[in-house]
Amino acid sequence: MRATAPINLVKPEPLLRAEHVTLEYASERGIVRATDDVSFDVYRGDRFVLLGPSGCGKSTLLKAIGGFIAPRAGSLHLGGKPVTGPGPDRIVVFQEFDQLPPWKTVKQNVLFPMLAGGVARAEAEVRARHWLGKVGLARFADAYPHTLSGGMKARVAIARALAMQPSVLLMDEPFAALDALTRRSMQEELQALWDEIGFTMLFVTHSIEEALVVGNRILLLSPHPGRVRAELNSHQFSLASAGSHEFQAATQRIHALLFGADADAPATQPQPAQVQP
Amino acid sequence: MSAVHEPPVRPEYVAPQRVASAAPQPGRVERLDWLGRPAILLALVIVWELLARWVDNDLLLPGALQTGRAFIDGVASGELMGYVTVSLAILVQGFLLGVAIAFLLTWLAVSNRFGRALIDTLTSMFNPLPAIALLPLALLWFGLGKGSLLMVLVHSVVWPLTLNASAGFRAVPDTLRMAGRNYGLGGLRMVLQILVPAALPSILSGLKIGWAFAWRTLIAVELVFGSTSGQGGLGWYIFQNRNELFTDKVFAGLATVILIGLAIERFAFQTLEHVTVRRWGMQR
Repeated sequence: MRATAPINLVKPEPLLRAEHVTLEYASERGIVRATDDVSFDVYRGDRFVLLGPSGCGKSTLLKAIGGFIAPRAGSLHLGGKPVTGPGPDRIVVFQEFDQLPPWKTVKQNVLFPMLAGGVARAEAEVRARHWLGKVGLARFADAYPHTLSGGMKARVAIARALAMQPSVLLMDEPFAALDALTRRSMQEELQALWDEIGFTMLFVTHSIEEALVVGNRILLLSPHPGRVRAELNSHQFSLASAGSHEFQAATQRIHALLFGADADAPATQPQPAQVQP
Repeated sequence: MSAVHEPPVRPEYVAPQRVASAAPQPGRVERLDWLGRPAILLALVIVWELLARWVDNDLLLPGALQTGRAFIDGVASGELMGYVTVSLAILVQGFLLGVAIAFLLTWLAVSNRFGRALIDTLTSMFNPLPAIALLPLALLWFGLGKGSLLMVLVHSVVWPLTLNASAGFRAVPDTLRMAGRNYGLGGLRMVLQILVPAALPSILSGLKIGWAFAWRTLIAVELVFGSTSGQGGLGWYIFQNRNELFTDKVFAGLATVILIGLAIERFAFQTLEHVTVRRWGMQR
């Protein structure tokens, strides 16, 4: 079912390497430091999660890897080459529904980046049909985005990204705008796709449960400015194990790491004694 | 011990699964728009006719029937069509020239910060200025001729269109821009494949406003101006017939102005909206 963690004696080269990355952006109140000296390595086939509360710079970090923001200090390398600007080898799936141009049908949306990137029309058509089938939207190929539900729009965005066969898929809280039930089925579908294809993905979220379920490795970031708090393994968890004792313990451990409580504190707080009448 | 306010514990049940329940047929929403308008128009025509008969003065207020006859005569003899052709020809030239200039200004307004400040200042200065107020100046610069007409028409199109189009370009969501850059789009391809379609609702409404301004400006200018090189437009037709006290022809001329305005709005712009922004769900 689920791929077990690779046990390699010789460490492979990381696909994506972030070294001492400091990011800043200009806001109305001057320069804001989003991340400070963040380093991590993403390997081929990783489901690498950036997790942290708002203000930890996780989305800014993703945008920097996407090439939209240049780091103030430090470096980003993809496959040994420095990241200098946006490119189709790193396709971003955004949270916002308006990432799909509303004037293009579902199929045209999937075709769009392939045709823009110079893929031949016939091959692009084949790939679009294949990926729309994979996300269960073959019947909606000619529908316009405004007629789709939020979950279907997210599926189109994922199909569009995967059809590009990027080196790394960058997902910026892709399910945050969905309702809880849809989010859960999207997590399942993403998992199934990964099991089948094994793409490399960088996933930003602020939900501890989502991080544990979706990822195999979690980078915890503390806010203001974003600094690395911990890097944890989560390959042992899936939606099936959500709710298990280990899962609960991991959730609480991450919560404690993020919110400053003593990480060694007992998992359950002592309940105040019930006063019986 | 169960308290009085505690709800009862009821047995659980799971409903059996049904096969493909019939979905409700999408019913046709009645368009009162099309039904109501002819009725309203008819009522207005009857009121007009009654009022005219009560006033009983052909020189001041010809009736609906008389106006209709004058209109049909005008169309049949080709006289009215001649004036309409002159008006529309100059209008199309002025409109297209205005659109071209507006797109240049919009490009300036969205490409850099200085351009933006400049165009913002210019649009806020000139947008409220009625085009007809420029006519004396236009006559001074270009004389009695096509040049003056074009200058006034261009003025009436350029500012509202620039205002709308540049607002539309600025309102393109960041996500869409980033998606475009993500696919390696830049420069002209970014403009044509992302920015223009995304700003299309604003561009269309700018075109619509620009067209309406140009049309009313043209008629007003023709009233003041008369004919150029022996050819007059609709405004001239109205003015001349008033001088000769053919009031029914004046009304026929006015009706033609209204009809052409409505026709372009309905058939050109609404069709354009239906195949683009409405179909895409960008405008209701």
